Amino acid sequence: MEEQELPYVLIDTIGGTHGVYEDHVEFLKKHFTLITMKEFLENKNHLSEKIKAIYMWWHKPAANQELLRSLPNLKMIATSGAGMDHLDLKLISSFGVKVANTPFAVSSATADLGMVLMLASARRLVEGCQIAVSPNTEHFAADWLGDEVTGATLGIIGMGTIGYMVAKRAKAFEMKILYHNRNQRKEEEERAVGAIYCKKIEDLLQQSDFVMLVVNLTPQTDKLFGKKELELMKPSATLINISRGPVVDQDALVEALQNGVIKAAALDVTYPEPLPRHHPLLKLKNIIITPHIGSATTSSRRLMMQNMVESILAALNGFPIPNEVIP
Amino acid sequence: MEQGELPVLLVNEVGGVRGVLKAHVEFLKKHFHLITMKEFLKNKKHWSKKVQAIYLWWHKPIIDRELLESLPDLKVIANSGVGMDHLDLKLISSFGVKMANAPHAVSSSTADTGMALLLASARRLVEVSPDTECFADDLLGDEVTGATLGIIGMGSIGYKIALRAKAFEMKILTEEEERAVGAIYCTKIEDLLQQSDFVMLVVSLTPQTHKLIGKRELELMKPTATLINISRGPVVDQDAPVEALQTGVIKAAALDVTYPEPLPRDHPLLKLKNILITPHLGIKTDKTTRMITEEAVANILAALNGLPIPNEVFP
Repeated sequence: MEEQELPYVLIDTIGGTHGVYEDHVEFLKKHFTLITMKEFLENKNHLSEKIKAIYMWWHKPAANQELLRSLPNLKMIATSGAGMDHLDLKLISSFGVKVANTPFAVSSATADLGMVLMLASARRLVEGCQIAVSPNTEHFAADWLGDEVTGATLGIIGMGTIGYMVAKRAKAFEMKILYHNRNQRKEEEERAVGAIYCKKIEDLLQQSDFVMLVVNLTPQTDKLFGKKELELMKPSATLINISRGPVVDQDALVEALQNGVIKAAALDVTYPEPLPRHHPLLKLKNIIITPHIGSATTSSRRLMMQNMVESILAALNGFPIPNEVIP
Repeated sequence: MEQGELPVLLVNEVGGVRGVLKAHVEFLKKHFHLITMKEFLKNKKHWSKKVQAIYLWWHKPIIDRELLESLPDLKVIANSGVGMDHLDLKLISSFGVKMANAPHAVSSSTADTGMALLLASARRLVEVSPDTECFADDLLGDEVTGATLGIIGMGSIGYKIALRAKAFEMKILTEEEERAVGAIYCTKIEDLLQQSDFVMLVVSLTPQTHKLIGKRELELMKPTATLINISRGPVVDQDAPVEALQTGVIKAAALDVTYPEPLPRDHPLLKLKNILITPHLGIKTDKTTRMITEEAVANILAALNGLPIPNEVFP
């Protein structure tokens, strides 16, 4: 097939910090004619009507009114990852454009990361590594201890695909699992992971040694977790956030960690990302912050890319779209 | 019961860097009259015939012929933890002294440590830079879910690791048959090494396992694989991983144990980028250290009362 016959797909850029991965390009070029934003802007007249889909990698290119207006034949926007909070779904829909994400490609890697953060925080892994290599270390102190994960209580807030995978993993550590969700899961599902439903979030917070946030960011979950929730947690408990930064009231968290309202926190997500370098969260000793690496494995990112290609091809060929997001 | 009637227990020291944990002293004093090596040496004549038991904490006090000869009424030495490689079991036995370790207390906590190291290494947790201005997408790690874990050593700790790894849908290879966790049995260590994405060492240190992993074994591993050691430093020939990690023979290593501990500050392992070293975290939780002392006390009391010792170790 000649190059010109492959459907035109708009991307932000190739390579660099947030661009499409260079080692994904070969696969993408099998199916699409890739046009970067630079190429598009340089040749808008020619390319405007040709672009049928946007391959949105790490939220770029942004699907704003201006861009949507300039792409009259746009049919589909495929976005990487599970989160949809960066898209104005109503606006996009008003242009007759469909949207798809990649919720399943990210789930196991994100669940794994939730477990890493919990284990690393409890067992003081990051601190331990620093001690092991510090030029000042002469011996390893016998009274330098962490918290036991086996047998502890994990409270999962948000029991979707990722939350459930976390529960499966935590069960193998003989953890007691409590969960809070919009809806209770089926009994067989609960029994399979030994999870106990807490209709009231207060019950979960008061009993948990580890609280893990695994919700989507929606208007309902924005600042879901604030001063009140932190104060309900045990002072010996740890908060883990692998959902979205704005789910947590960050100022309240700073205060809670400074005053020992809770013991520690581990965040893969903040707002903004990255935090400004002078932010108080970065100065705390009882916190682990990772740079949004929830889905950051070679194989998960590859799978995401493949899912996005499938969604775009389905949309362009008039087939049912895998992972379609309805506004 | 008066303090004087309790059996005398010798420990190396209380508190400080290697001493018995201060938090455990109250519990120990319920059952024993506690003396430290310092007190013992100050008044050897008085204490010599009174000491009936020794509680080792982080391998101290050192049990040598001289100490054994000076304690004619010593009945039992209780080790904290499971490893006994620091003790001359034959020598101790020749003095008619019984020995015990604490195998049950350590298993969950050590298994958790193994998993923590595996996950932290795979997901590059410790590489976060404080100078981050934007998040580079080159911080990609390796997928743990669905990867292959080769477990060398299938005692209580190895078994608990297998249970945890199974929940991550890992394919598990072992050298010992263990159908209960759906592990695949490798008759030869070579098969395990060649197929694993992660190799975890969970053996006791014995003459047979000393330098079990050396240049040859590392070369058999995949160049994309990670070696994790939560057993004892000397199970690995320590020069071998230095070279292997520098030249990409294996991808990374995560070591909770080395020899010595800590490593000398100029050791080449400390300079490598693709290594995670932790300060022998294996059992370092409040709960587990407590359980270890409780297990040790049960062993000591059984020995002193002429009852079967729950975790007796024979030479």
